[in-house]
Amino acid sequence: MGRMRRAAVAAVGALALLSPAACGGADSGADQEVEVFTWWADGGEKAGLDGLVAAFDEQCDYSFVNGAVAGGAGSNAKQVLASRLQQGDAPDTFQAHAGAALSQYIAAGQIEDLSALYEEWGLTEALPPGLIDNLSVDGKVYSVPANIHRSNVLWTNKSVLADAGVTAEPATLADLLAALDTLKAAGISAPLAIGKDWSQLMLLEAVLISDLGPEGFTGLWTGATDWNSPEVTQGLENYKRLLSYTNADRDTYDWTDAGKLLMDGKAGFFLMGDWAPSDFEAKGFTDFGYSAFPGNGDTFQWLADSFVLPQGADNPEGTKCWLKTVGSAEGQQAFNLKKGSIPARTDAVEADYPAYQQSAIQAWKTGTQVPSCAHGAACSQGAVEAANSAIGKFSSDQDLAGLQEAMSAAAAVGKN
Amino acid sequence: MLTRVRRWGPGLLLISPSLLLLGVFVYGLIGWTIKVSMSDRHTAAESDGFVGLGNYVDLFTNDVNGRFLHSLRNLLIFTVVFLLGTMLLGLLWAFLLERGVRAEGLFRTVYLFPMALSFVASGVVWRWLMNSGQGDDAGGLNAIFGKLNLGFLQNPWWTDPEWGMAAMAVPAIWQLSGYVMALFLAGFRGIPAELREAAAVDGASTFQLYRRVLFPQLTPVALSALIIVGHMSMKMFDLIMSVSGAQWLTEVPAVYVWQTLLTSDYAKASAISVILLLLVAVVIVPYLVQTMRTERRS
Repeated sequence: MGRMRRAAVAAVGALALLSPAACGGADSGADQEVEVFTWWADGGEKAGLDGLVAAFDEQCDYSFVNGAVAGGAGSNAKQVLASRLQQGDAPDTFQAHAGAALSQYIAAGQIEDLSALYEEWGLTEALPPGLIDNLSVDGKVYSVPANIHRSNVLWTNKSVLADAGVTAEPATLADLLAALDTLKAAGISAPLAIGKDWSQLMLLEAVLISDLGPEGFTGLWTGATDWNSPEVTQGLENYKRLLSYTNADRDTYDWTDAGKLLMDGKAGFFLMGDWAPSDFEAKGFTDFGYSAFPGNGDTFQWLADSFVLPQGADNPEGTKCWLKTVGSAEGQQAFNLKKGSIPARTDAVEADYPAYQQSAIQAWKTGTQVPSCAHGAACSQGAVEAANSAIGKFSSDQDLAGLQEAMSAAAAVGKN
Repeated sequence: MLTRVRRWGPGLLLISPSLLLLGVFVYGLIGWTIKVSMSDRHTAAESDGFVGLGNYVDLFTNDVNGRFLHSLRNLLIFTVVFLLGTMLLGLLWAFLLERGVRAEGLFRTVYLFPMALSFVASGVVWRWLMNSGQGDDAGGLNAIFGKLNLGFLQNPWWTDPEWGMAAMAVPAIWQLSGYVMALFLAGFRGIPAELREAAAVDGASTFQLYRRVLFPQLTPVALSALIIVGHMSMKMFDLIMSVSGAQWLTEVPAVYVWQTLLTSDYAKASAISVILLLLVAVVIVPYLVQTMRTERRS
């Protein structure tokens, strides 16, 4: 009898342990809900998203469900997204950098072709043709860009430059090097502020734009320009030289820490995308100047946040309405006024925006557009990661040949 | 027949849930990982091409910049410093406490407390303490050295390209030395008093007592401590992520797996994971075999 009872207890115990495993998995929402997956959880990004949601509520009959995953500058979100896509549990739409960063989703058939909707919503006319070319894979567009950021902007601390006697804005790389020497002579030991891996990659890209021109630069990522050409070698040498003017502990700095060097007057120059001024202003620093990176001319190096329609979304009609809002003039204005970027549409009303954004809108309309690798417009996610690793190694050992070889390999990642 | 089932049936039924869960979620998934590591699945797209050991060979011979070997070298430096540091400090503390100090309980608690923290929490603090700025820009420990006129002690910590990983081991040593101390202290307490008395009667000096009588008895404890700390070191991830973030300078295999996985290179990530598993197994399996043997003997 005792045996029997023990067996019964064992059986119950076994069932009790198994049951939590059996009843996992949450139900997906009703048809009226659109789950928007982003990594915009705080600051200007969250404010921008809120603006977009307000426009969405006006234009659509669906309700917005915030699927934001915070932390790690998007790396946490990407990890969660990857596993959800794997399990076939795609959100209704998700955020991704526009351009080559989407290539892995396209190759895996995880997102849908939006070309027909581009026609229907008039986006083909509203967006610049160069941008659409860049977003297209085999003539099809897979995402709707919400904004444009410029990445090749050189920010300056006006009073530091004035104190050292640098009056003219540097227009060429040679000018910049001369200005850096002047600052160094004035006692500023690291006049060019920089942060870790990806922000160094941005500097390398800006130097390469100066040395190769916009077309040659874009070719680096499409395979049209040879990474082992003497012009590229020259560009890498210039980059190495510029790096010698930067703070030695750059690998410990996030971009905001590097920006603080500029604010504190410990550096005179800082290359960063145009999300920097909102951080400057939030910290009470307004004495900054800006120009395109010396030697870049009117080249506008862009990156964009965009939204997609995943295969197997629960509510594709709701997603389409979200995408329509994202692409609409009202949606882009609501989003960009708060986030500090500019609309991807060329019909934006400049007067509605603050001073820096007005100049950026002008430059976006008139400049030559080239994509950014560091932010996934020109490079697949694998290529960005490999490039960051190569840049990080170069930062510690200054091995030019190794950098050239590794960058060449990185540019080929994901292309086969 | 029925009686025999009755003998082992309930036992089997009792362990069957955990057996099932372990079978599926540990061994099943290890098998799955090995399968993926031998495929050519380098993107998010499904792909079942079989490449045998190709991914492993690539890691050792064909990785850009020798990245995988670099991460192994980082792990080696980290592990050696981490093991030496915890073992020496742990033994020293245990020795001091064992000699009999006042408020032993207090010291024991103080040394053991860091272990209660997660590596993420202490990593955030150590990130600040090990600020690499020097001179006027110094922060954290470097600033303290500067204020104490010990400026020569200022150093770049984990940003040193050659030996940075040794600095990375400092927080780990701080955190686990107390644990090793507790193990050794238990070891000391487990040695019968008769042995000490016998040694004293035979006229052994204190040095001889420790060298010939007490330390040899601590060997099993030292081995356990080495295994426990060693396998933690092999898998180190959270501490490095919170001190430096994922970057070339401090990359170890576990961080490399994370980086590759983020770019959907499943085959490569699996191959690194399997190598990591083998590294840990090399440490643990002989220990398990030995433990099983001694248990069977007793």
